[in-house]
Amino acid sequence: MRKILVLFAHPKFEHSDANQALVDAISDLENVQVRDLYELYPDFNINIQAEQETLFEHEVIIWQHPFYWYSCPPLLKQWMDLVLEYGWAYGTGGIFLKNKYVFNAFTTGGSKEVYSSTGRNRYTVEEYLRPFEQTAYLCHMRYLPPFHLSGTHSITADKLREKGREYRELVLSLRDAAEITTPYLQKA
Amino acid sequence: MDGFLFNAIIYTLAAVICVPIAKRLGMGSVLGYLIAGILVGPYGFQFIQDESQGQDIMHSTEFGVVMMLFLIGLELEPKNLWKMRDLILKVGLSQVIATSALLFGLGLAIGIDWRIGLTAALSMALSSTAIVLQSLKEKNQMDTPTGKFSFGVLLLQDIAVIPILAVLPLLAIAAPEVAGDSHGGFLEHQPGWVQTLMIFVAIGLVVLLGRFGFGPLLNWVSKTKLRELFTASALLIVVGIAFLMEMVGLSPALGTFLAGVILANSPYKHALESDLDPFKGLLLGLFFMAVGATINFNLIFSDAASVFSLTFGVILIKALVLATIGKVKKLSFPENLRFSIGLAQVSEFSFVTYAFALQLGILATTTSGMLMAITALSMTLTPIFSLVLEKAILPRLEKKNVNNSRDADEIGEKNKVILVGFSHFGTTLGRFLRANGVEATVLDYNPDQVDFLRKMGFKVYFGDATRLDLLHAAGAEDAKILISAIKSTETNKKLVELCREHFPKLQIMLRSKNRYEAFELMEMGVDSIYREHLDTSIRMGQEALQKLGFRAHTVHRLAAQFRKYDEDSLKILVKYRGNQAEYISKVKKQIEIQEALLSGELSRKFSMNDQAWDSEPLKDQQEKY
Repeated sequence: MRKILVLFAHPKFEHSDANQALVDAISDLENVQVRDLYELYPDFNINIQAEQETLFEHEVIIWQHPFYWYSCPPLLKQWMDLVLEYGWAYGTGGIFLKNKYVFNAFTTGGSKEVYSSTGRNRYTVEEYLRPFEQTAYLCHMRYLPPFHLSGTHSITADKLREKGREYRELVLSLRDAAEITTPYLQKA
Repeated sequence: MDGFLFNAIIYTLAAVICVPIAKRLGMGSVLGYLIAGILVGPYGFQFIQDESQGQDIMHSTEFGVVMMLFLIGLELEPKNLWKMRDLILKVGLSQVIATSALLFGLGLAIGIDWRIGLTAALSMALSSTAIVLQSLKEKNQMDTPTGKFSFGVLLLQDIAVIPILAVLPLLAIAAPEVAGDSHGGFLEHQPGWVQTLMIFVAIGLVVLLGRFGFGPLLNWVSKTKLRELFTASALLIVVGIAFLMEMVGLSPALGTFLAGVILANSPYKHALESDLDPFKGLLLGLFFMAVGATINFNLIFSDAASVFSLTFGVILIKALVLATIGKVKKLSFPENLRFSIGLAQVSEFSFVTYAFALQLGILATTTSGMLMAITALSMTLTPIFSLVLEKAILPRLEKKNVNNSRDADEIGEKNKVILVGFSHFGTTLGRFLRANGVEATVLDYNPDQVDFLRKMGFKVYFGDATRLDLLHAAGAEDAKILISAIKSTETNKKLVELCREHFPKLQIMLRSKNRYEAFELMEMGVDSIYREHLDTSIRMGQEALQKLGFRAHTVHRLAAQFRKYDEDSLKILVKYRGNQAEYISKVKKQIEIQEALLSGELSRKFSMNDQAWDSEPLKDQQEKY
């Protein structure tokens, strides 16, 4: 059984139905730890040591967040800036994240169609997620395809429940599968 | 004009009128009650007809003293009492012995019969627990050296009551069978060893009950959830112990004090305190009033010269003995003055001994009347002396004394920051600066504090920061910031003026007690003002909200906004400070805005221009597309 760490960042979680549904769908699972960054570090003063120790203990990392201005909320960026240190996460001696699986689980207000070369946002979500992909790449991690919950501005409760189940199954298979067969990207 | 209700009205009315006035004038409640007593007494409005009526009230309300000692015991844990043993024995015992010896000698010298002299000397050596402790508590001086010394002396005096009551019958000239059964208890007629044994049994019983009995009793009673029943049990404990102590001839006050000390660690400590406190207060108040009412002005005026000279003589001797002890024990001069004058009155207990001695035939009625007048007068005068001391003499003396006895320290360092006042507030600030490599030149005005902090390894300099030469020495010309962490607005204002005039480049940061003091400093044009409670109270509120389930980051932002808002509103309010009516309406307005702002956040409208992370408008927008 793999240990899974969900690094969850939402500055206004109390008003988010979509992320609430996703968190609720997985928070009761054994060996899955949801780390609520905005609750832990309301003043952005991240405890680097504690974060690194937690990372080290887990094999699968999920960056779960809403999509704000085509990226993650600032605390998750702050987390990356501070925790993924040179010499620890990358560079000489930076081997502590090597071979860990990582991916983004995120929500967008707009629909999938909006995120395409013909849509309002002109690019796909994968393209917007490039900085995360490259971060994982530099840290010798295995970057898995993202989990995307789209159209949250007009989503129905049923649809939300269904996506919750989908998320739960994904997390369960990552936790329990003998081998992760999903193709991933990793630095050779 | 009789009847219980009418009397109750007279007493409470007198107290309600006199005590607040007395407190307002800075006299303390004791003096207020005494004056109320004089007013309702036979020489005032004559609601109390004669002194004996006053004495009756006094006897029945003496119980307030017993309760007070129980409550004091509650606040004193056994190990702290043990720490005081030296103080109680040495200071207390030497006071009682030296004072009574001196008074006795003086009595002999002016030709008073030795029996009368001894009775009076022993009674007058004691000081009034009720007056002294009440005043110390009101002035918040229980933990000062004065408070500790006074308490030690009073405690030993309470123990001394036992041998004094035992000695009196031996002095009796009249037939011994008159011997008071009211004071010695029934054990009077038992042989000595039985008496001693019973005393030990009684004390043992109190200790055992305190350890193992009262806890379960209170627990059992509190389960009924009837508050009055708990109060009743608390009263039962105190009255029961007092009764037991009187039975074996010990001081009830001492017994209840012991029980209080034993219960100091009990979980019911605070419940007992809050339940008994009003009783104590009322009884003591009545007691003081009764003392006021028993002052026999006829006697005083018929023989004013001797009454006053004797009273002043007694007060003087007592104060001198106390001052000598204080001096030997190295109390500072102002502390020593407080101590010796505070304890210079004659104890309420002497009313008991005079009555007892009268029964025994040691004293004649006129003598006892005279002694009582002296006692009551001394009880009235010492609070007045203390008041004069506190208001007129000490402030000057302390200033002068400090300047004389100790020169400002040489300051051997120059730093960017000068920190004035190194109390808890200043220490925390200084530690934080130091933790970040910023050393401050620290000045403090309290010599004890300076010595203490020096021992702890802080470099603190003694001196008055409002003195120009000291600021020069501290390097105010070259320093960047002067931080004042002292409470007094007066001193802060002086500092501001001084720095403005002589060190215009120095930035000033001031601690202020509350918004009113902040206003005063703002009006002087100071920008950096730090209200001492603001951050702490907001932080507490922040965590309270979190405990209620609010999100940490939301609360963090709310708190920051609230604080900014509060600071901003202060800047608006300061302009309307002169005009009371307008000020109040402005305050109301500001509070309204503040509340609207905050509840706005809860209903998702953070404020007019803050819709951070809010998807509502986006959703509306999308429907239009």
